[in-house]
Amino acid sequence: MPAQTTELRVRDVRIKLHRAGNGPTVLFLHGAGGVPQWLPFFDALAEHYDLLVPEHPGFGGSDDPPWIRSMPDLAMFYLDLVEEAGLDRIHLIGNSLGGWLAAEILIRDRARFRSLVQLAPAGLRVKGVPCGDNFIWGPEEALRNLYHDQSFADRILAVKPSDEQMDVMLKNRFTVAKFGWQPRWFNPDLEKWLHRIKLPALIVWGDDDKIMPREYADLWQQRLPDARLVRVKECGHLPHVEHAEFVARQIGDFLEGAAR
Amino acid sequence: MKLVSFHLMPYRPLDLEEAAKHRSAWVVLPNRLYDPVKGAEEYARHIDALVYAEALGFDAIGVNEHHQTAYGLMPAPNLIASALIQRTSRVQIAILGRALPLVNNPIYIAEEFAMLDNLSKGRIIAGFVRGIGSEYHSSGTNPYFSHERFHEAHDLIVRAWTEPGPFAFHGDHFSLQYVNLWPRPYQSPHPPIWIPSQGSSETVAWASHPDRKYPFLVTFSSADLVARYHNTYRERAREYGYEVASEQLGWACPIYVAETDAQARAEAGHAVETLFNDFLRQSFEMLMPPGYTSMGSMKNFISSRRGLGGGGKMTVEGLVESGTALIGSPKTVLAGIERMRERTGFGILVALLQFGVLSDELTRRNMDLFASEVMPHLRD
Repeated sequence: MPAQTTELRVRDVRIKLHRAGNGPTVLFLHGAGGVPQWLPFFDALAEHYDLLVPEHPGFGGSDDPPWIRSMPDLAMFYLDLVEEAGLDRIHLIGNSLGGWLAAEILIRDRARFRSLVQLAPAGLRVKGVPCGDNFIWGPEEALRNLYHDQSFADRILAVKPSDEQMDVMLKNRFTVAKFGWQPRWFNPDLEKWLHRIKLPALIVWGDDDKIMPREYADLWQQRLPDARLVRVKECGHLPHVEHAEFVARQIGDFLEGAAR
Repeated sequence: MKLVSFHLMPYRPLDLEEAAKHRSAWVVLPNRLYDPVKGAEEYARHIDALVYAEALGFDAIGVNEHHQTAYGLMPAPNLIASALIQRTSRVQIAILGRALPLVNNPIYIAEEFAMLDNLSKGRIIAGFVRGIGSEYHSSGTNPYFSHERFHEAHDLIVRAWTEPGPFAFHGDHFSLQYVNLWPRPYQSPHPPIWIPSQGSSETVAWASHPDRKYPFLVTFSSADLVARYHNTYRERAREYGYEVASEQLGWACPIYVAETDAQARAEAGHAVETLFNDFLRQSFEMLMPPGYTSMGSMKNFISSRRGLGGGGKMTVEGLVESGTALIGSPKTVLAGIERMRERTGFGILVALLQFGVLSDELTRRNMDLFASEVMPHLRD
């Protein structure tokens, strides 16, 4: 199913938005890598939902306003965005940095949201269990450490990125540093407010996640008031990429329950 | 020409073979490779070498700040400066420099420099740097805000040195109700500020601004790059409407002098190679964390060179050929300096006379020969 790509204007910021399908609203918040391509996972969701995949400010084809300086800023921006776009009864899905963002949004205002799916979110810290340092890893190392199944990395490495793609990767990397460098991948003030997210939640975590270790999944499950945890075998940091069908099916089942 | 004898204080007993098994000599090099007994001796010998430079007639002696690395044992260069003050009486002491963005309260830097300036009765030169990329990994400071933090810390320090206190400082990164320096600096209005740099265009534009006109030291670059950065500074100054003075342009360079070119290369070759290949070895990701430079500068950097230690192994031949190091007879070394003087009119030479694993004995001989055979020709 081809996605439509449009431009959304929120305040002074132009956002690139990919959208596909019909049905209840699903908002997908991407991780540190941005949205380099439309995924099979998106197609699976678009069969039953109105799926929106925006590129965050500072990523890909979206503007990079200097006044968005932190994850809380980005969360407040998204509250503006969903209001501006007239979205309501939203099922929110976030991966990695996008999962962190989802939690920052929902602790502030969950009125327009119905459920939460967390795919290996950043945002919390388990003391004594450091995250993988994808800022010090080289490009190939960082890519390989995203996946359990190295054939995913092999396929990406086989294609030399264009200059335009390199520019986008650099832009994304700058923005990721802005939000995630220090403290590394978490907000010390997030954990104590997670009880505010009084929504059905599904947590999905790869058993072989080299960026967010598996211990983090337990902490999320403990802190979210109504969360179920699904661990995915033979899976790295991107469950929706490595096990697209399985994860889409899990989400589908969950949303049917949550939408009821 | 102003002559500075500069020292990095490397940890020479490093097991280079073992170190090569790790990602870098920075940030992640296991500190079990540091032996405190050997290290203590290193401090003593390196300080001796710097003190000796006063007797040889150098105008200044220089130290600098680096963290979590065998490349340099001075995470707190002001401690070394304080020791140097007690053992010297005439030379200026240049701290090249303190890394402003890495601290959470730059007032401490203003205070320490003011203390040193009083302790030395006005012999301090205050270098301000941003710290190299690896230090954003080791300190946790966010490189995305590096420039902002640098500029704000600089403004705070200069105001603390020059404006009557107490006053309040309101920045985005540093916000203080009371700025009221005790002691105030000895020199008036404040110690000279120098800017060591790898040549980023943002730094050139900032340092050359008429409000500052800070001496700009290009560090560890090929002669062509040094000339380009000096001349970029000169052009910038012209755009600002003034002509650059020679005291505004500095060059920091490893230098080794022996009787003949062949002898110099034989004696210093391995040592200078260890400086670039072992002690400076860092990946691109460490050297250039995102946001440390502008997007444009980073793209230029990616296309122009893969960074210090980022490319292939350097050889003494290559380093001499490119003019990154001056190694040879007095005539050869002098010619290299004079050639740069013709190209850029620079007026500050920061000579790194000990580098890599270069021994105390060879360092001493190098310093003696430089002082007797090269230095006299550089006196204007």
